[in-house]
Amino acid sequence: MFEIIAKQKRISPEQVTIDSTFQELGLDSLDAVNILFEVEGEFNISISDEQARQIKDVRQMVEGVAALAGEKKTA
Amino acid sequence: MARVAITGMGMISALGRNVPENWVALSEGRAGIGPITAVDTTNLKFKNGAEVGGFNPEEYSLKTDYLDRFAQFAAVAAREAVQTSGLNFTPELGDRSAVITGSCVGGQNTSDAGFVELYRKNNPRVNPMTIPRTMANGGASFIATEHHIRGPVYTISTACSSSNHAIGQAFWMVRSGAVEVAITGGSEAPFSFGFLKAWEAMRVVSPETCRPFSKDRKGLILGEGAAMLVLESLERAQARGAEILGEIVGFGMSSDAGHITAPSEEGAAMAMEAAMRDAQVSPMEIGYINAHGTGTALNDSTETQAIKLAMGPQAKSVAVSSTKSMHGHALGAAGALEAVATAMALKTGVLPPTANFNEADPACDLDVISNEARRQQVEYAMSNSFAFGGLNAVLVFRRFQ
Repeated sequence: MFEIIAKQKRISPEQVTIDSTFQELGLDSLDAVNILFEVEGEFNISISDEQARQIKDVRQMVEGVAALAGEKKTA
Repeated sequence: MARVAITGMGMISALGRNVPENWVALSEGRAGIGPITAVDTTNLKFKNGAEVGGFNPEEYSLKTDYLDRFAQFAAVAAREAVQTSGLNFTPELGDRSAVITGSCVGGQNTSDAGFVELYRKNNPRVNPMTIPRTMANGGASFIATEHHIRGPVYTISTACSSSNHAIGQAFWMVRSGAVEVAITGGSEAPFSFGFLKAWEAMRVVSPETCRPFSKDRKGLILGEGAAMLVLESLERAQARGAEILGEIVGFGMSSDAGHITAPSEEGAAMAMEAAMRDAQVSPMEIGYINAHGTGTALNDSTETQAIKLAMGPQAKSVAVSSTKSMHGHALGAAGALEAVATAMALKTGVLPPTANFNEADPACDLDVISNEARRQQVEYAMSNSFAFGGLNAVLVFRRFQ
């Protein structure tokens, strides 16, 4: 996931940490939409617009994706 | 320079098939938003749109083999506009007249259907009318042919500002005397599965309805339809005894030269300022703004800031509404639908509301006309269009008296 974010902003993955906010990383709304699109493809999940709106930092994204991927496994 | 009169108007949208039907809905605050019927929405995250329900081109004797749905709408609106203008395009007049339309995606329904045949059904034969149906000038060319207009005829495609750019250009051409009469507006038909999926991916479409400037707004609702105006010099219109429905007095445009989708308050404000300068009016004279007001979180708060920048102290008292809450966001037709709404507001002294409004948003602290129309006689009104790509186009209208 760090790599996906880093690729979108053309920065090195080391610059992305679990505590980075999207704002700190300079991600605008369109960057976020692109990152969610890549993450959905990578983990084969679907993130609703409502869930997407809540995500403001890397930790929230990692936890949200883990929960969605987990649901998928147990389903 | 000539004063420019509106002598004809036509409109087809989710709210009705002609201007009177549309105006009844707009002035009653009645939205035309409902479940999308054009495509199966099972695999779509959003289910609602503002469609022209039950539209049958046969009723209008339209040759559908070379007209996509968006061009059919253009034809219907132009017929009504020409009819209300009472104009007869003689060969002499036709040669001195223009058709300038706006459309964002032209005949994308036709390409979508063609791709299904070709890629999914492996049908190697493509409909021979695909090219003429798909071209964005399909509507303009049909209007020119039907009304024998042989002057400048073209289509402008600047996403959601297409219609305002088209109307503004036509206004300038009539004002300068470059043409005698112009038919201008825009049309759009965005309800194909492929195009709706593309909007879904943008994450800006509301899963329920469209609530511009309301704190609980969840995004835009796509709409379809067309609106056309007939413009001519006031002098010419009066000489032939035509009813004057209103005036266009100013046009301004600008480019954000910034983000591809996120709007800029400075860019939008620049276009409003340019339009007022072109109209030679001050912000204090503008009594109503038909906002771009898409109902997305970002547009409505940014537009609020832009209005404050452009209007100064008048931003507090100018009445604002977004009629997209009723006819949906018809993209390249949006400015045209809103031009009719704005002209009718000035003509009748009834300002249409923002429907579906629940709760004021501190980030949108304007005088938003919510849910019920307001009786208020306004002299000048402004209509905003801001497009993806950072392209802004603003028109100023005046009540005729």
